[in-house]
Amino acid sequence: MSTLTPAAPRKATPPAARATGPVRRGKSRMDPTRNNTAAGIAAWLLALLFAAPVLWMILTSFHSETDAATNPPSIAANLTLDAYREFFGETSGVSPWPALINSATASILSTVLVLVLAIPAAYALSIRPVKKWTDVMFFFLSTKMMPVVAAILPLYLFARTVGALDNIWFLILMYTSMNLPIAVWMMRSFLAEVPVEMLEAAQIDGANLLLTLRKIIAPVAMPGIAATALICFIFSWNELLLARVLTGVVAGTAPVFLTGFVSGQGLFLAKVCAAAVVISLPVLFAGFAAQDKLVQGLSLGAVK
Amino acid sequence: MTTATARISRPGRNAATPTRNARSRERALAWARRAPLLPALIFLIIVTQLPFVVTLIISFMNWNSLSPDKTAFAGVENYVTVLTDPDLRQAIFTTILLTVSVVLASLVIGLGLALLLDKKFIGRGLARTLLIAPFLVVPVAAALIWKHALLNPTYGLINGILTWVWSLFGSTTPPQLDLLSQAPLMAVIISLVWQWTPFMMLILLAGLQSRPMDTVEAAQMDGATPWAIFRHLTLPHLRQYLELGGLLGAIYIVQNFDAVFTLTAGGLGTANLPYAIYQTFYFANEYGLASAAGVVVVIGTIIVATFALRTVFSLFKKEAAR
Repeated sequence: MSTLTPAAPRKATPPAARATGPVRRGKSRMDPTRNNTAAGIAAWLLALLFAAPVLWMILTSFHSETDAATNPPSIAANLTLDAYREFFGETSGVSPWPALINSATASILSTVLVLVLAIPAAYALSIRPVKKWTDVMFFFLSTKMMPVVAAILPLYLFARTVGALDNIWFLILMYTSMNLPIAVWMMRSFLAEVPVEMLEAAQIDGANLLLTLRKIIAPVAMPGIAATALICFIFSWNELLLARVLTGVVAGTAPVFLTGFVSGQGLFLAKVCAAAVVISLPVLFAGFAAQDKLVQGLSLGAVK
Repeated sequence: MTTATARISRPGRNAATPTRNARSRERALAWARRAPLLPALIFLIIVTQLPFVVTLIISFMNWNSLSPDKTAFAGVENYVTVLTDPDLRQAIFTTILLTVSVVLASLVIGLGLALLLDKKFIGRGLARTLLIAPFLVVPVAAALIWKHALLNPTYGLINGILTWVWSLFGSTTPPQLDLLSQAPLMAVIISLVWQWTPFMMLILLAGLQSRPMDTVEAAQMDGATPWAIFRHLTLPHLRQYLELGGLLGAIYIVQNFDAVFTLTAGGLGTANLPYAIYQTFYFANEYGLASAAGVVVVIGTIIVATFALRTVFSLFKKEAAR
C-alpha cells in the first residue's frame, strides 16, 4: 500500500475540521471515524462468534431434552427449567451439592490461606525489600512454571501413605501452593504502588508498623487484595487434574463431579449444559467483575 | 537498604564495642525483614520442590506398583523408554504441536481483536465482555460443551447450522462434520484457541492502551500509512506483550489436561504429555516411567521458561527503574 491512499481522504477533510483541531487528538480521531464503524461491526460480529458457544450453552440448558437434540437446532423452542431440576437431583437422585460445597470449601479456604501467606511475603518483597528480592521473586515464579504432572505422583503416594487421599484438606494445601506464587507476584505489584513518600512521612511522624499498615498500606492495597483473592478462587474452582487424582467420592469437587456425571448419565444435552452453566456461574460472575485484574493476575502482575 | 545499614552502623563506630553490636543488630534487622517472607517460601519449597526431587528419584527406578517386588534402580532406562516408546514419543510430539499451534493462533486472533477493541465504537464494553466469556467458562465445562453441544456429529450446533443453511437452499443433504473422530486433535486445538484468544486479547489490549499516543499522532501528521504506523510503532511496542502472552500461554497450555481428558480422552493421537503421564501412573501404575516423562516435561518447560523469564524480567526491570 502506498502512502497516497490514506492521504487522499485526509485532503478531503473539510478545512473546518482542521481549524477546530488544534488539539491533535481530536483530529486524529476524526480520521478513523469511518474505520471505527467498520471496526465496530467487525468486533461485534467476532464477539458474537466467540460468545456463541456460551450463549448456546445457556439457551440449550433451558430447553427440554427433545428440543436440545435436534438437527437443525431449534432456537425458538419453549424454555423450561427441567434440565436444572434434573441436574439438582430432583428426579435422578444424584445430588451435585456435595461436589459444589467441596469446591466452595477448597476454593475459599485455600484462597484465605494464600492471602495469609502472600501478604506478608509481598510486604517483605516490596515495602521493606529483603536483599536479593528479585531472586526470591523469580524463585516463586519458577515454581509456577513447573507442570503439576511433574510432582503429582509423589503427592499422590504421600497422600495415600498418610491417609490423606480423598481428603479436602490435602486438596486445600495443594491449591494453596498452586496459587501462592501468582498471589505473591500480584500482591507485590500492588504494594509497590504505595507511595514511598507517604511511608517516609508516616515514619517521621512516628507511626508504628501497625498504624502504617492500617492507615497507609491497607487502603492502597485493598483492591489488589480483592483481585488476588478472586483470581485464586477462580483457579481453584477450575482445577481438575489434582482433584481428579487426589480426591474421590467424599472430597470430589465440581469439575470431578461434572466429568463423572456425564459418563454416568449418558448424553442428555440439556442437562450437560445446565450442569456446565451452574458450575461456571461463580467464575463468570467473578471474572466479569474483575476483567482487568484477571489479566494482571494471569500475567503474574507483569502487565498493568 | 544501603541507607538503613549506614544509619545503623554509624553509632556502632562511636560505641565502646564497635562492630560486634552493630553487626548483630544488622543481622537482627535482616531477619526481621526476612521473617514475613519465610512462611510462604518454606511452604512452597516443601509442597512443590520436595515432590519434584522425589519424582526425579523415582524416574531412575524400575517401579510398577502392581509388581512391588521388582522395584529396583533402573538407571536411564525409563528415559530411554520415554524417548523411544511410540506412544510416549507421540505424546511429546502432540504436546509440542498442540502448544505451538494454540499459542500462535490465539495470539494472531487475539491481536486482531485487540486492535479492533482499541478503537472506539458503540457498545465496546459489552463486546469486550462477550469476548472474555470463553475464558471464564470452567475449562471442563467448556470442553464438555464443545464435545456434546457443538461438535457432536448428530445434533451439535455446528452440523445443525450446516443443515439449516443448506435447507435454506432447498438441500436435504448438507455436509456434516465429525471432527471428533476424523480430526480429533483439530477439535482440541479449536476449543483451546477459542478459550485462550480472550487472554491474549486482554494482554495485547493492555499493551495497546499503554502505547504513547503522541508519537503515533506525530507519525499521522507526517502522513504515515496506518500499516506503517502498525509496523514501525505499534508492533515494536507490543513486542514484549506478545512475548509475554505467548510464553505464559505456552506454560499454561503445555500443562493442559482438561481439554484432552474431556474431548477425546487422549484417543487417536491426541494424548499430550500431561494426559499420558496421568495414564501411565494412574492406570498402568508405571511409576518410574511416569516420573521420567514428568521430568521430560519439566526440562521442556525450563527451555520455554528461560525465554519467559527474560521477557518477564524486562517488564519487571522497567517497573523497578520507575
